[in-house]
Amino acid sequence: MDPASALQALNSGIPIAWYLTLAAVLFTIGVAGFLLRRNIITVFMCIELMLNAVNLTFVAFAHQHRDVSGHLYAFFVMVVAAAEAAVGLAIILTVFKNRSTLNIDEIDTLKN
Amino acid sequence: MDLLIFLLFATIAVICALNLVLQKHPISSALSLVGVMASLALLYLQLGAEFIAMAQIIVYAGAIMVLFVFVIMLLNAGAEATRGRSWMAQIVGFPVLLTLFGLLCWFAQRTSPTAENVKFGDFTGGGAQQIGYALFTDYLLPFEVTSILILIAIVGAIVLARKELD
Repeated sequence: MDPASALQALNSGIPIAWYLTLAAVLFTIGVAGFLLRRNIITVFMCIELMLNAVNLTFVAFAHQHRDVSGHLYAFFVMVVAAAEAAVGLAIILTVFKNRSTLNIDEIDTLKN
Repeated sequence: MDLLIFLLFATIAVICALNLVLQKHPISSALSLVGVMASLALLYLQLGAEFIAMAQIIVYAGAIMVLFVFVIMLLNAGAEATRGRSWMAQIVGFPVLLTLFGLLCWFAQRTSPTAENVKFGDFTGGGAQQIGYALFTDYLLPFEVTSILILIAIVGAIVLARKELD
C-alpha cells in the first residue's frame, strides 16, 4: 500500500461494524469468564463486562442514527448495573457470612 | 488518526478483558475491569457520547469498582482454587463460545453494511444538555421508575447486609 492511500485509509474513519465486533469480542470474553471462573466475585465482574459490551453497541448505534436515545439506554443500563452491584455484593456478603466460601461449586444447596 | 485511537483503545480493552478472565486473584481481575471501562470511556468519547463517557468513568470505574474492591478487601478473598472441569465442558465449551462469537459478528456485519464511517466530531448530540433534555421530556417516566428501583436496591442491600438483631 502506498503512503497516500494508507493516509486516506487512516482518515476515512472507522466502520460502525468494528465497534460492534469489539463489543462482540468483549461480550464473548464475559460469557467465557462467567462460565469458567469459580470465584463468585469474578463471575459478578464478568457480568459487568457483558453489560459494558452491550453499552458500547448502544452508543455506536446512537452515533449511526444521530439519535440521543441510545445514550439514554446506556445510561439506564449503568443505573441498573449500579443497583445490581449493590444488591449482588450484599448477597455475596451474606453468603460468605453463612458459608465462609466464595467458590460457586460449594454453594449448591438447591442441587438435587 | 481516528482509526489509530480506535485500534489502540480496542486493543487495550480486549487485553484487559482477557486479563480479567485469566487472572487467578479477584483484585487483579477488578483492576483489569477498570482498564476495560476506562478504554471504553475513550471510545464513547470518540463516538460523541461525552456525557456517557464521563458517567462511565465516575459511576462504573469509580463507584461500582470501589464497591467491588471494598468487598474483595472485606472478605479477604484469595486466589481461587482450580479444580478439574468435566470432560464435556472442556470439549463443548470452546466451540459453543466460538459459535456465539461468530453469530454476533455475523449480525454486526449484516446490520449496517451501508452505514457511513465513524469520525470524531460527526455527532455532537451527546452532551449533558441534550441528554438532560431528553431525560426530562421523552424519558421522564423511565427516569422516575429507575429512581424507585435505586431506592429499592438501597433498602434491599441494607436489609441483606445488616447484622441480625436478636
